[in-house]
Amino acid sequence: MTEENWTTVIKPKNRLLEVNIGELWKYKDLIALFIKRNIITQYKQTILGPLWFVVQPALSVVMYMIVFGGIAGIPTDGVPRPLFYLAGTCMWQYFSDCITKTSNTFVDNAAIFGKVYFPRLATPISNVLSNLVRFGIQFGLFLVVYAIYALIGGLAAHFTWYALLFPVLVLMMAGLALGFGILFSSMTTKYRDLQVLFSFGISLWMYATPIVYPLTQTKSMFWKGIPVHKLMCLNPVTPVIETFKYGFLGAGEFVGWRWLIYSFVFMVVLLALGIVVFNRVQKNFMDTV
Amino acid sequence: MPTAIEFNNISKLYRLGLVSTGTLAHDLKRWWTVSIRRKEDPYLKIGETNDRSTKGDSDYVWALKDIDFKVEQGDVVGIIGKNGAGKSTLLKLLSKVTAPTTGEIHAKGRIGSLLEVGTGFHPEMTGRENIYMNGAILGMTKAEITRKLDEIVDFSGCERYIDTPVKRYSSGMMVRLGFAVAAHLDPEILVVDEVLAVGDAEFQKKAIGKMQDVSKGGGRTVLFVSHNMAAVRNLCKTGIVLHNGSVVFSGTADQAIEKYLSNDRLKDQILDNPAKTHPRLNVQKILINGTSLSSSTLTPTNGTLDVLIEGDAEKISNADASLIFRNNDGAALARFSFSDKRGLLNLNGHFCLSAKIKLPLNMHAGRLKVDIAIHQPNVEFYFVARECCMLEVEGYTPVTGQLQPLSSGLLSLEEE
Repeated sequence: MTEENWTTVIKPKNRLLEVNIGELWKYKDLIALFIKRNIITQYKQTILGPLWFVVQPALSVVMYMIVFGGIAGIPTDGVPRPLFYLAGTCMWQYFSDCITKTSNTFVDNAAIFGKVYFPRLATPISNVLSNLVRFGIQFGLFLVVYAIYALIGGLAAHFTWYALLFPVLVLMMAGLALGFGILFSSMTTKYRDLQVLFSFGISLWMYATPIVYPLTQTKSMFWKGIPVHKLMCLNPVTPVIETFKYGFLGAGEFVGWRWLIYSFVFMVVLLALGIVVFNRVQKNFMDTV
Repeated sequence: MPTAIEFNNISKLYRLGLVSTGTLAHDLKRWWTVSIRRKEDPYLKIGETNDRSTKGDSDYVWALKDIDFKVEQGDVVGIIGKNGAGKSTLLKLLSKVTAPTTGEIHAKGRIGSLLEVGTGFHPEMTGRENIYMNGAILGMTKAEITRKLDEIVDFSGCERYIDTPVKRYSSGMMVRLGFAVAAHLDPEILVVDEVLAVGDAEFQKKAIGKMQDVSKGGGRTVLFVSHNMAAVRNLCKTGIVLHNGSVVFSGTADQAIEKYLSNDRLKDQILDNPAKTHPRLNVQKILINGTSLSSSTLTPTNGTLDVLIEGDAEKISNADASLIFRNNDGAALARFSFSDKRGLLNLNGHFCLSAKIKLPLNMHAGRLKVDIAIHQPNVEFYFVARECCMLEVEGYTPVTGQLQPLSSGLLSLEEE
């Protein structure tokens, strides 16, 4: 019996960087079906159905207008409040949905994973992709509100060329969410403590990102001699959100290519790290979950 | 025949108890010894053999230890063993649900696993949508499923409900649909774990037929785990007996079953765990077919089943001793009572009850479990041993040669 005839070899552990992208491609139909399932099952037996995609951000925007705009009186770079908050929530919601869903990959799918093998990475990838639909609808809402303001006239917001970066920005959001998500999901299989930490961590994270306030607000602040807005940009989500807002609303100022590239590199490294760790965990997670 | 699957020194270590407190400490210690001091994993050494019933000292246990065997292409291999012998772990390794601790498995061709049918069914989606979903999870492409869709729907017999969400299905229909998808997977290697235990008789027949087709046509390899000896005998050519995580026998299916049953016999006694005892009655010995062990073979054509109960009693009067014969699901199929012919018994001092039970010649093949009880009818139970003995009934073969299983009842009625 010659060695090269074997089509399947099952070994105790993978080599560190052995990630089987080809295998994932073979299961592309499965990913497509997962996406379809995620979308159609989400609002089955609800009256409003996909309309909830619109209701959720609308209600959050009203909330922000009352709390941050009304009570706290935080300015919004001269942009109408609903538009400013909508731009922020739209992006953030996508990020946080993806990351929360992805970080529960192993725990949520333990039943399926325990019975049959398919590339586990198919689940988080399909999560991130199916959330794009919801994001698309919410982004549509943003554009509609934008158009209404433009028709009424006297709108202080305007497009800039940076709006053309939109696809890249969405890709970066997706990549960051996927990277963080699979990294966390790999860690939570054994130590569930992280799950608790994580669920409130994500809501705190939103306040560390300029969603309900403009980054320009922090311009003149310093912490131990370091400008606060630079510290904020260390959060890889900040440059993405800021570029999005600057591109579509012309609000504030561009964070600079350096920060945007930093975010991009951060995403690539994070994804690579996440996939390696995820790949290691997926082989034996059934014994610990 | 070329080899289809090869297990090389496969072992699997499991941690017992809760995976929570101490996990971090163990992880740190393991990391320290293996990565920093470059020594062997301290927990690999202390693993014990996997014996479910005895208490061990170690937190780690070898669910499988040094499994080493080959399966030839086109073989249908039955894997038998007691609960916890490592059968399912072996299939899990093969279907890549979890990885072995040591060793390697080599296989040729696509491996399809039926560890549980209907994996990934979403209750809110229709039957048709779930066929696609389930098929894709099992590794089929969309085009492949579309091509086989009609066949699958037809096989499942759920055509009428195919556009209804599966949450409205009966559990049996769900299983039918799941099995139908899996049966059309057409892998080179099929791994099956006890899926035949569900579904009604008609469907079981269909499922067994399909599995036979799979193995006969196209030289596919099937690994089949079951406690149903009749099914193993029917389907499999070769058999492997697992005991406490190691292969204790490998050979033809018939030999394996024989070995397994006799292996069982070495350990468990009829008197091991009586469900009820009484201070005034001490049962010392029960022999069925001349053995005190809790499993034996019944050959109805030989005529009789010998029962002997011996013990000491203190003024027990108007008592009865009886045996109830049950099928695998626990439904009573037949009974024997010592008092039927002799009248109620008066037991005082040492007693010895023995009887030869006449067996009908036309019993069906399968497993009977026996309950033994000594009681005063309608008053009090003195001794109860539930399912304390297992009888493998060989069954009678009609002219057609088609062996009838116990699932179609205890007896075949005869023509006058």
